[in-house]
Amino acid sequence: MLTFTLRRVLISIPTLLVIAFAIFMLLELAPGDPTAQLPLTIPPEVREQIRQSLGLGEPLPVRFGKWLIQFFWVEPLHIINGIFGTDFAEGAQRVLSWQTRSPVMDIVWQRMPQTLWVVGMSYIVGVAIALPIGIYSAYKQYSVFDQAGTFVSMIGYSVPPFFSGVLVIVIFSVKLGWFPSIYDTTHVVNDWDSFVVQLRQMIMPVMVLALQTTAQISRFMRASMLDNLGQDYVRTARAKGMSERSVVLRHTLRNSMIPVVTVIALGVPGIFGGAIITEQVFKVNGIGQLLITAIQANDLPMVQTLTFIFAILIVLFNLIADVLYGVLDPRIRYD
Amino acid sequence: MPDRPEPVLDVRDLKTVFKTRTGEVHAVNSISFDLRPGELLGVVGESGSGKSVTMMSLIGLLPSPPAQIRGGTVTFEGRNLLTVPEADLRKIRGRRIGFVFQDPMTSLNPVFTVGDQIIEPIRKHMRLDRKAARARALELMQLVGIPDAARRLTDYPHQFSGGMRQRVMIAIALACDPDILIADEPTTALDVTIQAQILDLVHDLREKLGMAIVWITHDLGVIAGIADRVMVMYGGQVVEQAPVKELFARPRHPYTRALLKTIPSVRGARAPKLTVIEGQPPILGAAPEACSFRDRCPYRFAACDAANPPRFEVGPRHDAACFWNFDRDAPRDAAPAGEALNA
Ligand SMILES: Nc1ncnc2c1ncn2[C@@H]1O[C@H](COP(=O)(O)OP(=O)(O)OP(=O)(O)O)[C@@H](O)[C@H]1O
Ligand SMILES: [Mg+2]
Repeated sequence: MLTFTLRRVLISIPTLLVIAFAIFMLLELAPGDPTAQLPLTIPPEVREQIRQSLGLGEPLPVRFGKWLIQFFWVEPLHIINGIFGTDFAEGAQRVLSWQTRSPVMDIVWQRMPQTLWVVGMSYIVGVAIALPIGIYSAYKQYSVFDQAGTFVSMIGYSVPPFFSGVLVIVIFSVKLGWFPSIYDTTHVVNDWDSFVVQLRQMIMPVMVLALQTTAQISRFMRASMLDNLGQDYVRTARAKGMSERSVVLRHTLRNSMIPVVTVIALGVPGIFGGAIITEQVFKVNGIGQLLITAIQANDLPMVQTLTFIFAILIVLFNLIADVLYGVLDPRIRYD
Repeated sequence: MPDRPEPVLDVRDLKTVFKTRTGEVHAVNSISFDLRPGELLGVVGESGSGKSVTMMSLIGLLPSPPAQIRGGTVTFEGRNLLTVPEADLRKIRGRRIGFVFQDPMTSLNPVFTVGDQIIEPIRKHMRLDRKAARARALELMQLVGIPDAARRLTDYPHQFSGGMRQRVMIAIALACDPDILIADEPTTALDVTIQAQILDLVHDLREKLGMAIVWITHDLGVIAGIADRVMVMYGGQVVEQAPVKELFARPRHPYTRALLKTIPSVRGARAPKLTVIEGQPPILGAAPEACSFRDRCPYRFAACDAANPPRFEVGPRHDAACFWNFDRDAPRDAAPAGEALNA
């Protein structure tokens, strides 16, 4: 298992390099000019100087190489500095945002908590709701509960967050006035009351994102449980005199979780993608919103970095899914 | 063995129906039989005759829906298993009545070690602590002849061969010293040598542990070797039942006779081709109102269409559900008149 994990980590390095190159080239080929948004009164020579100062004068391979070094060497060192208080790579050039001229990663670290709070929380909430629903729906297949679950899942599946987001805003903030419609990022939690305020502003975005997660994961859980409840080993467990609780929650669930855990792990990067839209709707200034504004401003380093972070997440969670699969299923051996 | 000791299990008029989208399937139609202490009852019958459904109905192993038990009694220790509360039934399943299923490849849980799966019922029913239960599991694995048992306790089912898995299943069934072992075609999925080993094993165990065994099989040859008594099933009913020697010597139901003819004989050099029983097994859409074997029966006469034959006493502890009297080669006196014969 350890060798398998190490091998997979090593294989992901060339994968990530290829992705990095693809992202770099795609953005290179995309039309757009970082100086396009500057006032029209700026003369062309000055514009050219600005471009030079942004590093655009150098040939493409050099720029790609520089970006790689900055991203894979300088930035990780800065993370280490941040954690251990060391001062590696002090003078080295970091990846800078064209918009703000400050290091991209610093901005990412600023925005990360908002996204994690909303996205991470909604995924946890979604999964936590989905699993029991899936298990119970399968156990009581075709019951009223199961039918209702199917109906709600269909809605969760088919209604996109930009619609459900606006819908809950209209209902809960505009009509009922229960929750704020805009997420206040500057809010600091330091006592019970501010915690309640934080909870109230999180509820709607979390609800919208969790609805999607719940719909998908509960369907998976249900299907997987149904598959397994019909298996011979379940009958064996009953023939041994095991309680229903043990039959369902021990024997069947252990087997049913194998594919579901994979789906949950693979869904994590996807939910970050989904956050882009939800963050727009609720004005959460997290990673998703950062990406949108960076694209609009032609801030190539920022877009490159964020896209690449998504790519890393996808590769990472694929790896996690594979490893979990091997941990949960004794029949899988990766040697 | 005393001639007629009290039965350990007494099944009367058991009826099991499946409700499906296309209608009802009457899988078990008024089956009665009993099982005496220490006895090995062989159950034979073609595929779909209701052998598995009967046995699973006894201890509530059929999922409901679609299965529904329509009637009858199953008496075990003075209680009717069809009406005892589920919690009490769980104390009987696995502890007093052990079950071995048809397919060893799928009957074990793939994500738990074999040891855990044997230990589970021991801990639950015998209330032993982990260490004692483990020791007992080890003992059981040695008993069913799994080599290197101590090491294999922590292996997973996929690391075992089919024959070894079936031994594990038997170990699980025997874990709590049951009074009854129900083995549903335990060797069908295995090759002939492994099959012989398992048969020997059960033979030994029965001698050692003295439990009553119900052994379901397609194979009359196996029955001849191990059973004390045989029950022949057809279309969800018992058509003949007799001690094993009696059944092979004097079969009194046309279906049994046909079955016996299908066994290839090793000695009879002149048996060039295997016989088959012509015709289709019955469709079990409703409870039978006439003999269910009549379409395939060479002895068919008017009475067979008029009523479903009850089980007639045809010899010592021998009964057969047929209106034809093979001893006199004539219809039974009890046979209903029916329409005029056009023979
Ligand atoms: N879940 C079910 N739904 C509907 N019909 C069923 C179901 N299970 C069994 N049956 C029907 O019950 C009848 C008896 O089945 P059973 O499994 O007892 O046969 P069997 O004698 O054990 O056959 P085999 O030798 O193939 O194991 C069959 O006609 C089968 O189609
Ligand atoms: Mg069967």
